[in-house]
Amino acid sequence: MTVVMAIVVGVLYTTGTYLLLQRTLTRVILGIVLLGHGANLLLLMVGGLPGAAPLSGPDGAPADAADPLPQALVLTAIVISFGVVAFLLTLAYRSWLTRRDDEVEDDVEDRRIAALRGTEHPEEYAVSPGETGDRP
Amino acid sequence: MTALVPLAIVAPLLAAAACLLAHRRVAWQRPLSLLGVTVSLASAAALLAGVERGGTVVVTVGGWPAPYGIVLVVDLFSALLLTVSLATVLGVLVFAIGQLGLVVEARFFHPLYCILTAGVTASFVTGDLFNLFVAFEVMLIASYALLALGNPDATRSAMTYVVVSLVSSTLFLTGVAFVYAATGTVNMADLAGKVAALPEGVRTGLALYFLVVFGIKAAIFPLFFWLPDSYPTAPASVTAVFAGLLTKVGVYAIVRTQTIVFGSGANGPDGVLLTLAAATMLVGVLGAVAQDDIKRILSFHIISQIGYMIFGLALYSVAGIAATTLYIVHHIPVKTALFLAGGMVEKVTGSGALSRVGGLARRTPVTAGLFLVPALSLGGIPPFSGFFGKLTLVQAGIAAAQHLVVAVSLVVSLLTLFSMTKIWAGAFWGEPQAPDPHTDTSATVRVPRPMVAGAGGVVAVTLVVALGVSPLWNMAERAAQGLLTRSGYVQAVLGDAGAEVEP
Repeated sequence: MTVVMAIVVGVLYTTGTYLLLQRTLTRVILGIVLLGHGANLLLLMVGGLPGAAPLSGPDGAPADAADPLPQALVLTAIVISFGVVAFLLTLAYRSWLTRRDDEVEDDVEDRRIAALRGTEHPEEYAVSPGETGDRP
Repeated sequence: MTALVPLAIVAPLLAAAACLLAHRRVAWQRPLSLLGVTVSLASAAALLAGVERGGTVVVTVGGWPAPYGIVLVVDLFSALLLTVSLATVLGVLVFAIGQLGLVVEARFFHPLYCILTAGVTASFVTGDLFNLFVAFEVMLIASYALLALGNPDATRSAMTYVVVSLVSSTLFLTGVAFVYAATGTVNMADLAGKVAALPEGVRTGLALYFLVVFGIKAAIFPLFFWLPDSYPTAPASVTAVFAGLLTKVGVYAIVRTQTIVFGSGANGPDGVLLTLAAATMLVGVLGAVAQDDIKRILSFHIISQIGYMIFGLALYSVAGIAATTLYIVHHIPVKTALFLAGGMVEKVTGSGALSRVGGLARRTPVTAGLFLVPALSLGGIPPFSGFFGKLTLVQAGIAAAQHLVVAVSLVVSLLTLFSMTKIWAGAFWGEPQAPDPHTDTSATVRVPRPMVAGAGGVVAVTLVVALGVSPLWNMAERAAQGLLTRSGYVQAVLGDAGAEVEP
C-alpha cells in the first residue's frame, strides 16, 4: 500500500513539474494543481500507516489509531490550494479576455536584450517598460 | 500581555471583514482599515516593551499544550521586526489613501491590505512550522490580488509572481512533510531538540531544503529572478509595502529556521551562506546600475540589500545576527520610503523613467527631501540608520575574519550610493523635462497631502531607528543571543515539561 502511494506521489510531482514548464497558462495551472495534490498526499503519508479513526473516548485513544495531526494539516492545505487555484483561474481568464491568447508572454526585458543583440538599430525593436506588446 | 499577541493578528482581519461589508463606500473603509492596523501596531509596541522587560511571551491558542497545539511565540527578535513592520504598514496605508483616492480599486485595496497585514503579523509570531506556511499563504494570497489590482497590463508580471510563489509554497509544504516524517512534530521549539538527534545528513539536507524554500521568498541569489520582473508594475503603495515587508518575512523565516530549528552554524561561519550573500549583494547592485526606471533600480537594490542580511546570519555569531536584526529593522522603513518617494515622482510627472523626468527638486521640494533621507541612509551615509546597519555588519565580519565578503559589501555599498546619486541627478536635479504627451498629468499636479504624510511618517521611522540605535543595538544583541543559545526559547514554549516529551 505504502509503495503504491509513494509511486502515486512521485507520478504527481513528475507530471506537475512537467506541466509547470509548459508555455500554456492552463497547463501551468494544472501543473500547480497536481503538484499541490502530490504535496498533500505526501503530507498525509508521513503520518504513518492508515489506522482506525483517531477518536479518544473514556477508555483512551485506541493503539491502532491513525495519526490525526497530518490529517488536520492536509485539510488546511487543501482549503488553501482550493482558494489559490480559483484565483489563478480568474487571472488566466482575465489574461485571455485582454489578449485572446493562453500563452505565457515573453519577458519584456529578455526581448529588449534579444533586440539589442539581433539588430543594428535596436530602437526599432525596443519596447518601453510599461508595454507588453505582442510576441515577435 | 498574552491577549495582545492574537489581537495583533485578529484586529486587521476584523478590519478586513468590516471593509468587505462596507465595500460600496471607500470613505467608510478608510477609518476601518486605519483602526485595524493602528490597533495591531499598538499591541506590537506594547509587546515589544513587555518582551524587552519580561522575556518571551507564549500563547497556546485553543488551550492544547505546546508540542501538540498551536503556539504563538513572541521573542525579542519577533517583537522588534513586528513593531517596525507595522509602523511602516501604517505609513503606507496613509500614503495609499492619498494615492488611490476614490477610484474603484480602492474598494478592494483596503480589505486586501488588511489581510496582508494580518499575514505578515502571523508570520512573525507563529511558533509552528505549519502555521508559518499558513501565515505565508494568507500574506501571499492578498499580495497576488494586490499585484493584479486594476491594471490589466500587469497580468503577465502578476502571473510570474504568482506561479513562482506557488511553487515555493508547494516546496514549503513538502518540506513540512519531510520534517514531520523525520521528527513527528512541527513545533519549532520541539523541533530544536528533535532535529539535533537526527543523523547529520538528514539534518543538513533539511536545513538546505528550507534555505531554498525561503530563499525564493527572500529573493537571494540565484532565486531572485522573479522580483525585478513583478514588483515595478504594481501601484507605488503596493510595491512599497511588498519591497519593505515580503522579502524581509522570507529573511525572517531563514533566520528563524536556521538558528532555532536547525541550529546551523555550530561550526562557526557558513561558507555556502557567505558565498550566496556575496553573490546576492553583487548581482543585485550590478542589475540596478544597468536600469533606467526608478522602480526597477530600487527593485534590484532590494536584492542586493538581502545579501547584507544573509551575510550577518552566515557569520553565526552574536554580533553577526544582531547586525542582521538591526539591518532588517533599518531596511524595512528605508526601502519602503524610497518606493513611496518613487511613487510621488510618478504621481507628479506621470513617469518613473529617469530619461523623462528632471528638475523635480525645484518643483516638489517635499518629494526631494523625502527621497534624499532614505537614499543617503541606503547608501550608508552617517548619521542615518544605514550607516549603523553597515558599520555593525562590517565589524562583525572583521571579527569573524571574513575579509573578502566585507570587501565585497563595501564595494557594493559604494555602487549603491552611485545608484542613488543617479536617481537624484536624473530626477531631482537638472532642467525640468517637458510633460510626457502620453499621460494626462499636467505639470501643476500637486502631491496629495495624505501621500506626503504617509511617506513622511515612514521617513520619520527611519530617523527614529537612527536616533535610537543604541537601545536598538542592545535589543538586537539580546535577540541574537536568544536565537543562538535556543534554550530560552525552547523553555519558554515547552516549559519544564519540555524534557518529558521525548519520544
